[in-house]
Amino acid sequence: MYPNKATVEVLEQAGHMAEVRGRSLWADARSRFLKNKAAVASMIVLLLVALFALFGQVFAQWERDFIDFSLIGSNARQGVPSFETGHYFGTDASGRDLYARTVQGTQISLMVGLVGAMVAVIVGTLYGATAGYIGGRTDNLMMRTVDILMSIPFMFVLILMLVIFGRSIFMLFLGIGLISWLDMARIARGQTLTIKNKEFVEVAYATGVHPAKIILRHIVPNLLGIVIVYATLLVPSMIIFESFISFLGLGVQEPNTSLGALISEGAANVNNQVPWQLGFPLVFFVIIIFAFFFVGDGLRDALDPKDR
Amino acid sequence: MTEPILSVRDLSVTFDVPKKGAWPWTAPMKLHAVAEMNFDLMPGECLGVVGESGSGKSTLARAIVGTVPSSNGNIIFEGADLANMNPRERRVHRRDVQMIFQDPLAALNPRMTVGEIIAEPLVTHDPSVSRAERKKRVQELMARVGLLPNLINRYPHEFSGGQCQRIGIARALIMKPKLLICDEPVSALDVSVQAQVVNLLMELQKDMGLSMIFIAHDLSVVKHISDRIFVMYLGRGMETADARTLTRRPEHPYTQALISSVPIPDPKLEKLRKPALLEGELPSPLSPPSGCVFRTRCPKARPDCAVGRPPMLDLGNGHFAACPYHEPVDLLAAS
Amino acid sequence: MLLEIENLRVAFQTGDGEVNAVNGVSFGIDRGETLAIVGESGSGKSQTAFAAMGLLAKNGAATGKALYKGQNLLTLKQKQLNKFRSEEIAMIFQDPMTSLNPYIRISEQMAEVLTLHKGVSKKHAIAESVRMLDAVRIPDAANRIRSYPHEFSGGMRQRIMIAMSLLCQPSLLIADEPTTALDVTVQAQIMDLLGDIRRDFGTAIILITHDLGVVAGFCDRTLVMYGGQIMEDGPTEAMFADPSHPYTKGLLQAVPRLDRDDDSLATIAGEPPDMSRLPQGCPFSPRCAWVQNTCPHIRPDLVNWADDRRRACHVPAKEVMA
Repeated sequence: MYPNKATVEVLEQAGHMAEVRGRSLWADARSRFLKNKAAVASMIVLLLVALFALFGQVFAQWERDFIDFSLIGSNARQGVPSFETGHYFGTDASGRDLYARTVQGTQISLMVGLVGAMVAVIVGTLYGATAGYIGGRTDNLMMRTVDILMSIPFMFVLILMLVIFGRSIFMLFLGIGLISWLDMARIARGQTLTIKNKEFVEVAYATGVHPAKIILRHIVPNLLGIVIVYATLLVPSMIIFESFISFLGLGVQEPNTSLGALISEGAANVNNQVPWQLGFPLVFFVIIIFAFFFVGDGLRDALDPKDR
Repeated sequence: MTEPILSVRDLSVTFDVPKKGAWPWTAPMKLHAVAEMNFDLMPGECLGVVGESGSGKSTLARAIVGTVPSSNGNIIFEGADLANMNPRERRVHRRDVQMIFQDPLAALNPRMTVGEIIAEPLVTHDPSVSRAERKKRVQELMARVGLLPNLINRYPHEFSGGQCQRIGIARALIMKPKLLICDEPVSALDVSVQAQVVNLLMELQKDMGLSMIFIAHDLSVVKHISDRIFVMYLGRGMETADARTLTRRPEHPYTQALISSVPIPDPKLEKLRKPALLEGELPSPLSPPSGCVFRTRCPKARPDCAVGRPPMLDLGNGHFAACPYHEPVDLLAAS
Repeated sequence: MLLEIENLRVAFQTGDGEVNAVNGVSFGIDRGETLAIVGESGSGKSQTAFAAMGLLAKNGAATGKALYKGQNLLTLKQKQLNKFRSEEIAMIFQDPMTSLNPYIRISEQMAEVLTLHKGVSKKHAIAESVRMLDAVRIPDAANRIRSYPHEFSGGMRQRIMIAMSLLCQPSLLIADEPTTALDVTVQAQIMDLLGDIRRDFGTAIILITHDLGVVAGFCDRTLVMYGGQIMEDGPTEAMFADPSHPYTKGLLQAVPRLDRDDDSLATIAGEPPDMSRLPQGCPFSPRCAWVQNTCPHIRPDLVNWADDRRRACHVPAKEVMA
């Protein structure tokens, strides 16, 4: 083909042509994701929930830690959700505004989920990719460490930590951060092992590219698809985890609250004719979890087109 | 006489294969992928390496490029021994030896644009080159290998197999290497595209004065592109000669079997040819036969073939064969 | 005619719209004949066979006729087709592992074919299987039949596939790139074996391949496909000596030959076709050196132009052959 006259002509013309922008795999994935209705709807729902968590406080008529003593004991009659009293979601057992508390609970729950996922993505991916890329004894050492950490019953350790060091959001984040990256490290390592054997990595190595650059430029971008999917699915499980801790009465400390703590309270009062105390936090909780699962599903289909 | 650009001396590559069901600390079995390899490559020469799967030809390429460590021997490239260098020194030498791979798409990072891919060696070895200069050189090279330069921002999956191989060639050439190693560069391509890439490689070799090692299982393609051919079997060299002599007057029984198996797209000729079918199967490289590794399938095997590895015999004019019972046969006489 | 394909079309529904893999292909094969279907990727050569065998992917649909001994295979129900598939027409693939179950012994897999289709006892079936493995020259077949597929090398597995496909003594064997994954010396063995099978059993063979060398030594007749259409069809010897179609000619010149010392190879410009964006006319027109104004717009018919030879090209045969 090369010395072909036609080719030369085309090449001459090409000089005047504008550079064509390529469609990256990310762009492809985006367009596939946007075609998935359930995932897009869930994404919108998640955005609305996030807006609610961020700006919901503006519309609250009551402070979330204001205890209305007049309502204590007569919650079932006077703490009913209504616009007139300004308690949109009603009040809780202590007469506090449930709307304001749900806003804060959603905030904390989302934060727990996102922080957990972020730690997982950053620490887990780099750790796993490094272990997988270097391989050999280093890999063995790094992954056995993960195995050992995984074999510790973390729920137990976390509860101990919360009891010993006192309950605080910081402790909760620390605990969640400690476990969330373990699975991710394993996933990232497994993926790295397959990517490492791809020829483009070999080319980079043969060219003399520095190992750190190989990991950052060639391995991590190709891991990200799987990592993002796993991270989106990790967020809800972190939220569930936190809720469970809070449900046990550990975790977030009063007057702060999280969805789990609210659900716990609501469940305790379920026999006192105050269904809204359980209902509102639960609805938010379920919506968040479901939306994240749908988005994760959509992302998986979008980023891994082989299953189409 | 000119000095060879590359001299491979007694090169061996072994892989550790863990024994099945053994303890983690038991010594693993040794797989000799390449054993006691010797050859020279002259500047501007194209050496073809042929062999079937399991012959160790790809391992040989990887040992020279340095993605697989050699266990013994020397790889002397322009006076420096690549095989016994620390990683940092080695990295500096990598700019002069580049490689082209079999699967064109797999050799390109799907998340990088063509421009980034081709420029990567340049960014690595000459980071001082300005962005504009880099782009100019990438685009010049793209045009040179037959790609439209305005496609610089495209991604690999938007190209066909042949175009991807051109991208791989451009990347290998941007540092103006002295030695180019091609590992089955056309076997994944369609027939009509194969010829394009073969021609391009031959042209670039001539224009840039490249020395080249061309590895393939297809003897017809190797013969077309190479000045000299090296035949491998089970990690060992069997025969080497200039391309025409090797195909017309092969001396080693394995080369003869190989040539007689290659189909020729000419029905009249094919009807006259009778392939000398090899008996049996490729022995496991974990336990190669004693003596001559080919003896288990060789039509000429004698009892003494099992004793001692046959040395490469000099048959004159750069023709070497590792068989004491060699004799020339013209297997293409009918044409 | 043993198998007659008439105006076969295969279309796939994909995310990017309909892709026409095969566009109106007609040919036939006689008893005991060997026919090669040659083409590059995207030529539709494999899909033609898959369509006739009812093996298209779920999103594919075939129209036209595939008459096997007078019966249209395309209208048969899955169950009837299954009967045809093992007893009348057999197929072997490039990768034998796709059709062998890695967890079941070869003996079980082979015997099952016979007990299912011929209703013979298992003991008899195994004896017959051993005989067939002997026929495809598997050494020590009586013992090795008890092995699992992964215990054999690639060439041996292909032999097992051939033995398995011959168990019910089919009249037609479709071999889809049977030697592409194999080494040349093993390829020579397998082709030699297929030649013996044809002689001993009188099986007609359709060989689907991209390798012109393999075709030259094996097939009576050759069909060249490009872009889902037949470009040229004729006796192998005549066609290879005097290709009448620009594509065939280009293809033959693009392959380096071991017995010649060419300085540089003639090439076909451009890339294999994008099946979702074929020109209205001749699919080869974007790459053709003889292209005329009409070529991209009007599709040439496949016409009989000489003794037993057909071609689809607007350029006169004389001009191409000159």
